Amino acid sequence: MQTEKRRIPALLPDKGGYFGDYGGRFVPETLVPALDDLAAAYQAAKADTAFWAKFEALSRDYSGRPTPLYLASGLSAQAGGADIFLKREDLAHTGAHKINNALGQGLLARRLGKRRIIAETGAGQHGVATAAVCAMLGLDCVIYMGEEDVRRQALNVFRIRLMGAEVRPVSSGSRTLKDAINEAIRDWVTNVGDSHYLLGSAVGPHPYPLMVRDFQSVIGKETRKQIMVKTGRLPDYIVACVGGGSNAIGIFHPFLEDKTVRLVGVEAAGGGIKSGRHAASLSAGRMGVLHGARSYLLQDSAGQISETHSISAGLDYPGVGPEHSYLKDSGRAKYVAVSDNEALEGFKLLSHIEGIIPALEPSHAIFYASKLAGSLKRGEVIVVNLSGRGDKDMDIVTKALGVKI
Amino acid sequence: MSRLATVFRPGRKALLSYVTVGYPDTTATLKVVPQLVAAGADVIELGIPFSDPMADGATIQKASHQALENGVTPDTCLEVAAKLSKEVTAPLVFMTYYNPVLSYGLEKFARECRRSGIAGLIIPDLPAEEGATLEAIAARHKLDLIYLLAPTSTDARVKTVAEHSRGFIYLVSVAGVTGAREGLPPGLEPFVGRVRKAARQPLCVGFGISTPEQAAQVSRFADGVIVGSRILQLMEADVSLAKVGDFVRQLRTAIDR
Ligand SMILES: Cc1ncc(COP(=O)(O)O)c(C=O)c1O
Repeated sequence: MQTEKRRIPALLPDKGGYFGDYGGRFVPETLVPALDDLAAAYQAAKADTAFWAKFEALSRDYSGRPTPLYLASGLSAQAGGADIFLKREDLAHTGAHKINNALGQGLLARRLGKRRIIAETGAGQHGVATAAVCAMLGLDCVIYMGEEDVRRQALNVFRIRLMGAEVRPVSSGSRTLKDAINEAIRDWVTNVGDSHYLLGSAVGPHPYPLMVRDFQSVIGKETRKQIMVKTGRLPDYIVACVGGGSNAIGIFHPFLEDKTVRLVGVEAAGGGIKSGRHAASLSAGRMGVLHGARSYLLQDSAGQISETHSISAGLDYPGVGPEHSYLKDSGRAKYVAVSDNEALEGFKLLSHIEGIIPALEPSHAIFYASKLAGSLKRGEVIVVNLSGRGDKDMDIVTKALGVKI
Repeated sequence: MSRLATVFRPGRKALLSYVTVGYPDTTATLKVVPQLVAAGADVIELGIPFSDPMADGATIQKASHQALENGVTPDTCLEVAAKLSKEVTAPLVFMTYYNPVLSYGLEKFARECRRSGIAGLIIPDLPAEEGATLEAIAARHKLDLIYLLAPTSTDARVKTVAEHSRGFIYLVSVAGVTGAREGLPPGLEPFVGRVRKAARQPLCVGFGISTPEQAAQVSRFADGVIVGSRILQLMEADVSLAKVGDFVRQLRTAIDR
């Protein structure tokens, strides 16, 4: 029975933070004790019903959960096949799923007695969510953001500052998400005594992939209940975009043991996989170690991390959460890649047909799901995680479409 | 026997100096290392540049970036090491991050290190818990895998590292990244003392040491002093390398006093 148990993917990671071959803890020694403390505090919090009660109450009253599950009839009709449901994380407070994890870790930081929060952000959504939670919980907040992202997500930079957090632009490397993470880690190494690093995706050293997944699993748990009420059965497909992989693992995880539910992660193919300008770590990368975990990674032949490209800042990252690497190798989930242009098509489609302007990140998933739906039979069910709303992307989209406003 | 063991002798403190291979260019590395040794360095740490050096401050970040722009790869570094090991007797160790090593192939990397005259490896993002595989491979190729400890390390971790580190133990002077700093962090001496109780290996202190005075202070309670960022800064300030030579001579004098 023991060996049987170990084969249940939903029970991973193991004690060392491994999902099969992926995960672990590849960090400077200075941080290891802090990660031990964090893992212990999280285990204690996880077993504490009062902690979850607080998380649930704030998820409801502050974040606006549960988010609706919406049958996108127009989109489904246009695709001409399966029914497409949208899990409306775009309606969560601050406009994306990122608030779930920010709230969970914010509460944990308070439990740990840490008064200062460090975070990185790409699209700015995690920065906004973290700034909001810090304002609400009365914690100091510093957000690292690549210079390139500061430029292309200017609206979110302003929102973060409005809520009282400090934005520190990062000018090293490719000036995007990976460099913001490097800088956040450097800050954490230096201020580990009083600071908590509130990492925004299911990446990084153990216990982050576990913790972020657990906080984001609220998405999948709600989806499960909602789809049962609406259709009386489990969905045939769940589709989610994958940057670091937090919205995807959040909606996948509660369905891992339901073998009839097919899980599809959609990565950013940017200008096309062949162009080399993309961010599709699982589709085109190989195993490596970045930011504390072993996972699929975009790297050159000498093990240097590649520069990535995606029209969506939130997917513009060379790595991916270790649990996704595990799900890919085991075949439990499938990973595909959708280009910038296709994502724009998904973006326009959902805006036109449903009156919902999605963020560019889930626009990748929308595009894929609409094609997939057309290849399926009527009555089959696809759930797409609509991880965020598109307000932040107006600048990029108007430029991409050649529109002046 | 470990080649590093020959460096640590009673009554003499070791001076370890770091340079990033290929900064400002590979010729400079080949030129500076013999000068560092002539000026009194006992061990040379050769940095294999990595694109995402999360344990490094601005100076080494910049040097790594420049070296990568110059096209430096682990193979370049192995070639540089092979040349240098014929020229200098001081042991050479590689300092780099885990991904370039993993990507090269652990076994192949260890073999090539040995062939190029490398004596040991320092990998700051490979804590002892994750190091078992490389440890075994390194041992087979007679390479010392040197682990790091930090002021935040618990006694249990000190014990683990004392059991596993080979050659010496690298004590990070302060919770932070590499880079020249003004003063020495408070609590450094008790930290070294705490490790001393659990470890038989020589204890070398690095991160932030940038003046002869600091080196002298550290050498009173540690077995070795590691200087990196300041050396890179001086190489940049004076391409003739005269300044860096003078600086290392001053460090030597300071710790020998
Ligand atoms: C709306 C939205 N979706 C998805 C992502 C990608 O992150 P993850 O893969 O962790 O869900 C982001 C990241 O910024 C985002 O803002």
